[in-house]
Amino acid sequence: MTTSKGVLTRLKLTRDQVELLGLYVLCVVLALAISALLIEFNGSSWTRAVEAIFDGAFQSKGRWGETLRRMAPLLIVAVGSIVATRAGIVNIGQEGQLLVGTTGAAFVLTKIQPGNPAMLIVGLIVGAIVGAVWAGIAGWLYYWRKIPIVLSTLLLVYLSSQIASYTLTRRQLLLNVVPGEPNRLLLSDVTAPKSRLGIIEIFGNKFPLSVPIALLIAVVAAWVLTRTVWGFRLKMLGMNPRTARRAGVSETRYGMAAILVSGAAAGLAGSMMLAGGESQYKFSSGFASNAGWDGLLVALVARNNPIAAIPVALVFAGLRSASTFLSVAGIEGVLVDVVRALLVVALFIPPAISELRRKRRALANLTERT
Amino acid sequence: MLAFMGDILSNGPLYESTFRLAAVLAFAAVGEWVAERAGTINISVEAMLLGGHFGAAIAYTESTNFALAIAVGAIVGMLVASLQGYLSHYLSADQFGIGLTLNILLLGVAAFLQPKFDLSTKLANVVEIPLLSDIPKIGPALFAQRWPMYLIYVLIPVIWWLVMRTSWGLEIRAVGEDPQAADVSGINVNARRRQAILIAGLTSGIGGAVYLFGQVGRFESSNIGGKGIIALAAVIFGGWTLRGAVAGCLLFGYVDALRLNLPNILGYSLNSQLLASLPFLATIIVMLIFAKHTRQPRALAQPFIRGLK
Repeated sequence: MTTSKGVLTRLKLTRDQVELLGLYVLCVVLALAISALLIEFNGSSWTRAVEAIFDGAFQSKGRWGETLRRMAPLLIVAVGSIVATRAGIVNIGQEGQLLVGTTGAAFVLTKIQPGNPAMLIVGLIVGAIVGAVWAGIAGWLYYWRKIPIVLSTLLLVYLSSQIASYTLTRRQLLLNVVPGEPNRLLLSDVTAPKSRLGIIEIFGNKFPLSVPIALLIAVVAAWVLTRTVWGFRLKMLGMNPRTARRAGVSETRYGMAAILVSGAAAGLAGSMMLAGGESQYKFSSGFASNAGWDGLLVALVARNNPIAAIPVALVFAGLRSASTFLSVAGIEGVLVDVVRALLVVALFIPPAISELRRKRRALANLTERT
Repeated sequence: MLAFMGDILSNGPLYESTFRLAAVLAFAAVGEWVAERAGTINISVEAMLLGGHFGAAIAYTESTNFALAIAVGAIVGMLVASLQGYLSHYLSADQFGIGLTLNILLLGVAAFLQPKFDLSTKLANVVEIPLLSDIPKIGPALFAQRWPMYLIYVLIPVIWWLVMRTSWGLEIRAVGEDPQAADVSGINVNARRRQAILIAGLTSGIGGAVYLFGQVGRFESSNIGGKGIIALAAVIFGGWTLRGAVAGCLLFGYVDALRLNLPNILGYSLNSQLLASLPFLATIIVMLIFAKHTRQPRALAQPFIRGLK
């Protein structure tokens, strides 16, 4: 007891923080236990699953690079949704914004001036703009007709997958027909080799340039949100729209800006996935493969803190890159979805409980004094 | 063009599938309406539909009893609802985050568990209600359906009575309008909100089961695919009134039915992506045109923690 107390005082943790930490450990262990039960029920052994996850996420050769590569889009999407949430806007259609943005980028990267390296920049910008416009529709519907953004962004997700598959049925748009091959899977052409993101290699771990860019975006966003007037106004709008209005913050202008930024982030994330080698530089209608949803969940789990989103995105990316190893170990990849969802639920609980307890204590103090 | 309009108006199957699709939406929308009146935008209605759909499929495979399967569907829906309610209105975690996660979780669980069960389900029997089903056009659509569909006729008035005519319902509405005042007058705000979400789970669970036995007949995890979201849209379209929500369901059900029947009516097939996106596109356009500045429950989507604010 004495030693643990000594450690705690040395670490200068408050009672709240210790509580929170304990709750996190407890909840994550519970979620993992449920997952283990599910795996056993499935007839596989959970120890092999754990091994596969660790191997796939970082232990095997080169897997760190894979995990980092998958982290980049999640982090960018998460940062975008954090910006929107700061302004009190619940954009939950990142999956669609990512897909539509990538569709735009894919068109530029496969069809326009394939030999020109500058097309990479153009493609990424187009991806971001298309994503922003797609999210902007939801914003416009809200500020013009008061249609809740939660609803419209969700509806737009369902539309976006149809748009993506439509572009993949037209040869003048994205469809690539390989002669002599039955073309069941609708795929785009590979992106032009000159307009791909550079690959960094560290100790046999390869990852594209999107990783440092994503980290940079997270840091810049943290700075903008906490250290600039624009960020302060967003926060004000999110915390108390009435005060913000009185202080001269235009709800439409700042709200719209926040939505556009989050959509652009999702579009950019998808475009970088494509330019960074996701699914062999080919676009398909299933390209997003939940990266948008995951990015949003990263933001929620990170409690809307761009810096905290970095480790969370890393964990989620680890699970994503482990899923191929799981299937090799004879465990269905779907399981990873289940484990991830359970984990997310588990990660939601501790901050909620600790917040609740803190507020109850504050309330108890208040009633004692009066 | 006139002939085309005539074809649409006189097309019997179109009316019938409109009703079937609208009924499924209505099951979800009725529950969602209660949840929203209590102040929750309950995205996990999608997960509840899927849970009911899947639970009913398993229960029917094991028991070959429709009533039991529907009951199990309702229970699974309520299980999902209790998760949503407990996490968002006891622990006050973000309700959208929880809803979204539950949607993903249920899809994963269904896809994961489906191969473990050798699911075999079929459609329930058609029961024609005498006299009423003889009304031309509308009669067969409304009164000659597979019997689980008729549950919606019971459910809508019961839910309306519960919310608009009982003291419990008054408390539900109070909690959605002004939780602080409700709290001061002795109502347990978060308990009422959880109960409202449970109602949503109950009706959506039944809805998922009815969809299985009244429309599709076979379980696929992609069957629900956004129906919950459209039900959500119907509630908002209806301006948070029950009759408006039901009208919304009929409208969106009609669009969905049009999607299924248009190729037959026109005699040639349309672009499949356009058809698949029709319900969602129509929902957005309809909301755009009809969204008045209806008054939403004032505390909609705002968590309540006693002693704050």
